Amino acid sequence: MQGALGPVPLAVPSAAGDAAEMVLAVRDLSVTFATEGGPLVAVREVSFDLRAGETLALVGESGSGKSVTSLAIMRLTPSAPRVKLGGSVQFADSSGRTRDLLALDADAMRAVRGNEISMIFQEPMTSLNPVHRIGNQIAEAITYHQRIGARAALARAAELLDQVGIPDARRRLSAYPHQLSGGMRQRVMIAMALACNPRVLIADEPTTALDVTVQAQILELLKELQQATGMAVIFVTHNLGVVAEIADRVMVMYAGAIVERGGVVPVMTRPLMPYTQGLLHSVPRLDPDALGHEPLEAIPGTVPNALLPPPGCAFAPRCRHVEPACEAALPILEDAGDGHQVRCRRWRAIDAVRR
Amino acid sequence: MSGALATPPDPRESALVDVRELRQWFPVGGSLLRRRDMLRAVDDVSFTIARGEVLGLVGESGSGKSTLGRALLRMTEPTGGQILFEGHDITRLPRRALRPLRPRMQFIFQDPFASLNPRMTVRQIVSAPLAIQRSDLATGARDVRIADALQTVGLSMEYADRYPHEFSGGQRQRIGIARALIMEPSFLVADEPVSALDVSIQAQIVNLLIEVRRKLNIAMLFISHDLAVVGHLCDRVAVMYLGRIVEIAPTRDLFRRPRHPYTEALFSAVPVPDPTVRRRRIVLRGDVPSPLAPPSGCAFRSRCPYALAECAGTMPALRAVHGGHWTRCIRDDLVLGRV
Repeated sequence: MQGALGPVPLAVPSAAGDAAEMVLAVRDLSVTFATEGGPLVAVREVSFDLRAGETLALVGESGSGKSVTSLAIMRLTPSAPRVKLGGSVQFADSSGRTRDLLALDADAMRAVRGNEISMIFQEPMTSLNPVHRIGNQIAEAITYHQRIGARAALARAAELLDQVGIPDARRRLSAYPHQLSGGMRQRVMIAMALACNPRVLIADEPTTALDVTVQAQILELLKELQQATGMAVIFVTHNLGVVAEIADRVMVMYAGAIVERGGVVPVMTRPLMPYTQGLLHSVPRLDPDALGHEPLEAIPGTVPNALLPPPGCAFAPRCRHVEPACEAALPILEDAGDGHQVRCRRWRAIDAVRR
Repeated sequence: MSGALATPPDPRESALVDVRELRQWFPVGGSLLRRRDMLRAVDDVSFTIARGEVLGLVGESGSGKSTLGRALLRMTEPTGGQILFEGHDITRLPRRALRPLRPRMQFIFQDPFASLNPRMTVRQIVSAPLAIQRSDLATGARDVRIADALQTVGLSMEYADRYPHEFSGGQRQRIGIARALIMEPSFLVADEPVSALDVSIQAQIVNLLIEVRRKLNIAMLFISHDLAVVGHLCDRVAVMYLGRIVEIAPTRDLFRRPRHPYTEALFSAVPVPDPTVRRRRIVLRGDVPSPLAPPSGCAFRSRCPYALAECAGTMPALRAVHGGHWTRCIRDDLVLGRV
């Protein structure tokens, strides 16, 4: 899983290897909402690459910009003038064409969305139409993008339901969403997302509303489907356990910016950014030998007001390693070797002490 | 009370809460010609909680853990069984007779956005229990109590005249906890109090609860689906499946050696935030069965990797494994994986 092969732009090693085909190149993506209180920068200059077959986890807390980033790639944010998108999202589609998704008109974008790039959401019940049978809902996704008859589309829907592990798939085609459990509904959502063999699947907290045993099933399913189809996955989550489980690479976001990224092993075993360290320390471990009623190492304070971001490092007000220079200017994303990057001017000193 | 933390108090000695064969059933469906079905949300549940003890209650959605928590505080009318609180049988007490006991038992809700009235100030929210229970208190004395409660949860009196929308999720949860503490309860039911919060804020609230129980020696039923948080906070843990307790044990014993296959599966499903660890994972088949039509015999047998033919017979009773460790599984030959 390791092994950076020389200086790639935005050098980040991928599980699929650097030889794997690039499907998405996001450059300086910014999302600004017009609010009564003035412009709110939800995502600031986010750049990353995504290669076929890899899973990139986007980690952060509420308001970090992780969900807005994924919605912006799908062009699902409200339109101008309420929201201003900046930068570019180069997408290489299955025919080999590379286009900037941010520059596509609405029709062209509709042909990409749900076809070449699909998305699944946290709450499957609100994403499914309660008054239509699930078979028809999946078939609709297929016939929208492909020249295929209604009967063939339904047959394909049954195939998909079978593929996502829904028993007795043919009969389930006629079920309504409320007749299914939360886990089953999420499987239906996944089936729908996979209907057109997307090159990229964006999963926004897909297991957050599910019980742990069902979450384990869905994570297994996503891994299997990815192996079978070679699609790239952007997995948005706040759950560090899930990240460790599923990701090849991790990108940690805080207050709209990437603050740390790299391979899942270096980032999670040797986090360099104090925020990432704080996150990892604040989750209790399932370790019977470490049980006790000792306080957890919580991160003090709360995330900054997005309308009034601090001039320097956004994490500085909560950081225990802070020094005056941190508050003066926004630090850059520095290279820490092996494709590991961190936005902290003190990472070397902090890392040296930690070891 | 640090001694009580090192060794959990003997439950029989000084039970604050004593629950015996509690049932909470709900009628569902039914029509003129069809008999109503009974949903057995909580069925035959017995346990005790000692003074100052924190009992964790884990289980998946639909297991009945929230219903149990609500029934304990008599927010519902139990169908059967008994609830003893501070020695009083409160199972059938009418509202009026319950009122003097109410201050001693309080509830902390999951959603800090939905559980605070947006049109009330923090002062009004936190002092609402006082207004009902202690209308005799003078304003000055009341303010002292409010300041105390706010200070306990790490908020200052400066915030007292603000409204809930001016606070973050973590701060709102602190306000909810202050409201629960102001009557100086001996028992709290906390229903998923940190589930709606961000990771870094979760730790702050868990720490607050640890501090509160240490300082005030409050007993707690801590309902959560997060096993790591439960392990961190609780003296003992009960695991529920389809309305029944399937295993109950001191935390360390449960985590070191679970005795019920469901507990094992639950532990193994929790993703661990370390990518270098690869654990044996038991992925359970299928979903939790409908509580309206649970399988015969052991309710877990339809998903259990160790089920035998006998498991379909009768519902296994809770059997003692050793010192305070009970399991509702007939197989005593299993060596289940630790966490």
